[in-house]
Amino acid sequence: MNLHHTAVAGTLESSDVLVTVSPGESGIVLSLQSTVIREFGRQIEQTVRRVLEKHEVTDCEITLVDHGAIDCTLEARVECAIFRAADREDRLPWR
Amino acid sequence: MMFLNTQRAGLVKDAFVYGADSIILDLEDAVAENQKDSARFSLFHTLKSGLYDGTECFVRINGTDTRYWREDIRAAVAGNCDGIRVPKCETASDIHLVEDEIAKAETEFGIAPGSTLIMAAIESPRGVINALELASCTPRLMGIALGAGDYIRTLHAKMTEGAEAMLLARAQIVLAARAADVMCFDAVHTDIDDEEGLVRQTTLIRNMGFDGKSIISPKQIAAVHRIFTPEQAEIVKAERLISTYMDNKRTGVGVFTVDGQMVDVAMLEGAQRTLRLAKASGAYKGDME
Repeated sequence: MNLHHTAVAGTLESSDVLVTVSPGESGIVLSLQSTVIREFGRQIEQTVRRVLEKHEVTDCEITLVDHGAIDCTLEARVECAIFRAADREDRLPWR
Repeated sequence: MMFLNTQRAGLVKDAFVYGADSIILDLEDAVAENQKDSARFSLFHTLKSGLYDGTECFVRINGTDTRYWREDIRAAVAGNCDGIRVPKCETASDIHLVEDEIAKAETEFGIAPGSTLIMAAIESPRGVINALELASCTPRLMGIALGAGDYIRTLHAKMTEGAEAMLLARAQIVLAARAADVMCFDAVHTDIDDEEGLVRQTTLIRNMGFDGKSIISPKQIAAVHRIFTPEQAEIVKAERLISTYMDNKRTGVGVFTVDGQMVDVAMLEGAQRTLRLAKASGAYKGDME
C-alpha cells in the first residue's frame, strides 16, 4: 500500500496510543515512546511491524506515543493511521 | 444493554468485566464526525481480539442517511458481531436496506448466512406508529428498542421526571413486540447519578412488559438487573402455580385456586417465564420449567 502523506490516529489518553505515520524511502523507521517500554516494548514493535507487513507497507516513518494500549487498540490505531495516509476509507480489507 | 463509545480505548479495554447482558459498541452518536473511521478500526479489532467472547455484542451503526453505514456493516460483520442496531428506523424498507448489506457482508467475510441479527431503534413518531411493521419485517429482527432523545425532540415534547411523553411510545413498542414475537428494550436513563429515577423508570417499563433497558454506564447495571430479576416470593409463587396446575391437569381440573387466587392456563405461561428469567439471572437453581 502506498502512503501519500502524513496521518495521525489515536490519542494521548490512558490506554491509548498516538500513531503518526509518514511516507518513507528506506524501509520501516520506527520510533516508540511507551510507559511500558521495558515490559512490552519488543511486543509492541512486533505488533506494529506485523500490521505494516499485512498491508504491504514497506517504506514509512512511524512514531508511537503509547500510554498502555492493549494489542487490539494498537492494531486499530496503526491501521487507521496508514489507511488515512493512503486516503482509503471505504471497501477496506477487514481481516 | 450497555452502550460503549467504540472510539475510546480506555472504555473498550475492559467494559466486558462489568457484567452487562449485552454490549452495544457505538459507532453513531458517541463518535465524533472526524473519528468515524478510527472507531470502525477499533470496533473490528476489539471484536477480533477475543476480549468480548462470551459477551453478546451488538454494533450501533450510523444512520442510512449518512456515508458511513455501509462500511460500518462490513467492519461489524467481518468482526463477527452478534447483531446490528439500526438507528432511526421508520419503515420496513429502512431495515431491508440494512439487511441486504448484512447479507452481502456475510458472504464476503465467510460468516454464516442469516446469523447476524438486527435490532431496530425507533426514535420518531413515524417509527412508533410503524412499530409493528418494523418488528415483523424480517426473521433477522430480534428486537425493537426505543430511543428517547430523538423521539422527544421529534415529538416536540419535554422530558419530565415522570417521562409522561414516553408513555404512548413505550406502550406501542411493547404491543408491537409482543404481537411480532420479538423482544423490546427501553431507552437510556441519561442522568447517571440519578439512581432513584433509574429505578423508578426501570420498574415502570418492567411492569409494562419490556424485556430490558439500554444503559450508558456500568453504574446502572446493578439496578436494572435487580429490577428485572424475579424476587424470591415471585419464584416461590410461580413454582407453586406450575406444580398445582400440573397436579390439577392430571385430574382434569382446569381452574383452581392458589393462595386464594383463581388460576387457569392463562397464568401458566407467565409463571414459566418467571422461572426462566430467574434461572437465566441465577436466582433460581431448581429444575421446574
